[in-house]
Amino acid sequence: MNEDKLQVAEHGHDEDIYPLSRREFLQSLGSGIVIFFAVGQVPTARGQSRGKKERPDFNAYLRIGEDGRVTCFTGKVELGQGPITSLAQTLADELDVPLESVDMVMGDTDLCPFDAGTWGSMTTPYFGPVLRAAGAEARAILIGLAAVRLKVPKDRLAVKDGVVFDKTNKSQKVTYAQLTEGKKIQKRLEQEPQIKTVGQYNLIGKPVNRLDARKKVTGEAKYTGDIRIAGMVCAKILRPPYHGAKVKSLDTSIVDKIEGAQVVRDGELIAVLHKYPDIAEKALGSLQVEYDIPKARFDDKTVFDYFVDNAGNSKVTAQGGNIESGQKLAKYMVEETYLNGYVSHAPMEPHAALAHFEDNKLTVWASTQTPFGLRRDLTRELGMSEENVRVITPFVGGGFGGKISNGQAMQAVKLAKIAKKPVQLVWTREDEFFYDTFRPAAVVKIKSGIADSGKIVSWNYDIYGMGSRGSQLFYDVPNHRTTVCRELKNGENMHTVATGPWRAPDNNTNSFARESHIDVMAARAKIDPLEFRLKNITDERFRRVLKAGADKFGWTPANKTPSGRGYGMACGFDVNVPVVLFAEVKVDERTGSIEVKRVVCAQDLGLVINPEGATIQVEGCITMGLGYALTEEVHFQGGDVIDMNFDSYELPRFSWVPKIETVLIEADESPSRGGGEPAIICMGGVLTNAVYDATGARLFQIPMTPERVRKAIASRA
Amino acid sequence: MNETISFTLNGKSVSLTTDSQRTLLWVLRTDLGLTGTKYGCGKAMCGACTVIVNDRVARSCTLPIRSIKGKNVLTIEGLAKNGKLHPIQEAFVKHDALQCGFCTPGMILNAYSLLLKNPEPTREEIIEGMEYNLCRCGAHIRIIRAIETAAQEMKGAG
Repeated sequence: MNEDKLQVAEHGHDEDIYPLSRREFLQSLGSGIVIFFAVGQVPTARGQSRGKKERPDFNAYLRIGEDGRVTCFTGKVELGQGPITSLAQTLADELDVPLESVDMVMGDTDLCPFDAGTWGSMTTPYFGPVLRAAGAEARAILIGLAAVRLKVPKDRLAVKDGVVFDKTNKSQKVTYAQLTEGKKIQKRLEQEPQIKTVGQYNLIGKPVNRLDARKKVTGEAKYTGDIRIAGMVCAKILRPPYHGAKVKSLDTSIVDKIEGAQVVRDGELIAVLHKYPDIAEKALGSLQVEYDIPKARFDDKTVFDYFVDNAGNSKVTAQGGNIESGQKLAKYMVEETYLNGYVSHAPMEPHAALAHFEDNKLTVWASTQTPFGLRRDLTRELGMSEENVRVITPFVGGGFGGKISNGQAMQAVKLAKIAKKPVQLVWTREDEFFYDTFRPAAVVKIKSGIADSGKIVSWNYDIYGMGSRGSQLFYDVPNHRTTVCRELKNGENMHTVATGPWRAPDNNTNSFARESHIDVMAARAKIDPLEFRLKNITDERFRRVLKAGADKFGWTPANKTPSGRGYGMACGFDVNVPVVLFAEVKVDERTGSIEVKRVVCAQDLGLVINPEGATIQVEGCITMGLGYALTEEVHFQGGDVIDMNFDSYELPRFSWVPKIETVLIEADESPSRGGGEPAIICMGGVLTNAVYDATGARLFQIPMTPERVRKAIASRA
Repeated sequence: MNETISFTLNGKSVSLTTDSQRTLLWVLRTDLGLTGTKYGCGKAMCGACTVIVNDRVARSCTLPIRSIKGKNVLTIEGLAKNGKLHPIQEAFVKHDALQCGFCTPGMILNAYSLLLKNPEPTREEIIEGMEYNLCRCGAHIRIIRAIETAAQEMKGAG
């Protein structure tokens, strides 16, 4: 096929395959090579989809411009975990261009095709492979163009740094920029092209520094609260004293006299607007307001009993064999209850949004993990069409699941609509603690049986208050049942505060409960915790991770349990990643304080795109996990959230951070998996097990505050 | 009460008239348009708003603007000179000492003040000096490493 034919064919192809809005969109892209692709859809062979009304749409695309620069447009956002770098690295490798020539455009609903959201470690495993395929497709088109241009057969051509050359005569060359000049080629990825394999990578698998680092160290990086547009005002919202409180009366007379201040009310949403956010905040204190406050049902201490005593319907989420017959095989039965409270996401950037109505169009800048979800919510709320609502996601200062629901954006939009001017709302830290969708408090009850052989023969696992993620057994237990209870009797709401996903939802609590219980059983059977796990796990992938972690840590069986060494271990499984942590702690028995000296993490992430990035995610998980294991817990009385800032809600600090060692199992032949979540799930279990080994005191509730540690030491057997 | 406040900001004279009880943080971010200094907690507990005033570290979220009259203020925007990053900034890039980046300006300026006072800190002194700056993403280990590297670099340069 000659150059012109290719161009005509490809250009003609898009005309009838895309719906009208897409066609307009495509025309706006200008010249260059554009490859569209859909994530999560099996590419259909061309022709098969022709003539059908319902054609799969694309949800990402890349463009190679006339300047040779490569741009990837994706609905994913950069929360700190680094996809801006790992995706660019993936694409640059397949295209054989320098990493610096790739630009990432992320999370803008007008420029980027639909994406469900950035969460759940999905970016690398699901988005990455399709992006690679699109890169490979673009490269193949460019090679085709170069073959015509250079009059050299395709198989004699090679590419380096965006230059196609004849392998037998390197002076015969042409750049991607020269090849795309004046062209308009649009192609949809429909058949999987040949992507690179192990051994062919230039960038994949190599450590690369972050592409956004320079902007972030100079203060140039813009977050939502940093955006300034003409005529905008800042809003501060009046936070009720209590979840579920209703405004009884409001007197705005003092604030009405403050120059430039405006009080806006939409039902329970009350705000002061001012050019300066600090003056708006100060003015809030002058609003006279009375509330009706609902009666408290429970507080952070009584919540667990409340959930169990008032449990409604439960669902069996997994079962196998027969629990009762399993129990008959058991030499020992072990029954325990594990508790874990509410925790906050506490990203350093509080939720922020800027809403701007202009003619019939609404633009919202938001710190969000779900720009398209926010657009959908806004179109529903306002009765606007998708074309007229644009969500732009600047850099996001941490999400961890807390920026999936977009309360602040909805508030900003309501205020902007009433005030008829652009409104920027940045939650105060106190707002952030109050409105956060906390990780839910939960109770896990486990009753299990061990046979004389050291095999687990029965496992009954009941969850109250949260979901089942992470409760799936990777231990080989013939008789097991898991039930989940997420409702109270009489249709009463379970949680008084808002709850939602928190980095590896449910799995932190499920892994804490399970891995604590595994150690309790091992101690009961007088078997070393590593040996006990190896006895009960047959999966080879998992065993490899366990052994690699144990080697790195230098785990040796103790001659007594607890050994006094302060060693602990815990396994976990999240987003298809087996992970194991080993830790060493020192406990001050007098004060109850815990020093974590060392943590070793081993995990199998499949093909690792950026080992540096993956290692950073492990360090981040372990450091963040120290918080929920040792200090983080939201105190509350009914709907009154007591912890409202970092004085009483303690995040991990520099002096807490242990020596961290990471083992990434070499598995380049298996698919890439996300590393932003797995390592955090074991932190509760590994540290409670290490504290037990240090002191003989078993904690059944996290966080292990000094008070709880002292109490457990005082009551140890 | 409105007052005219003059001070030096990143090497340039600045003068503005505003309520003198307002905090430096919001004057920087709104009146002066320098958004590199971040709001994190509003109670001087997280360090995201850290700036340097007369070579000493300050939490701008609780610092009234009247208290900086005639003083020298350095924000993250003033650290790189003519497009050349400061060795601390270089070291943060090199060691990937950041993730979401929201705490980063405060971390860098706190480290800047630390190295002014103590150009050759031990690892323990770095940890002690950085203890009250919060990072949620867990970049701590790399931040310590970056400060160690920067101290080395600056020693060589000085």
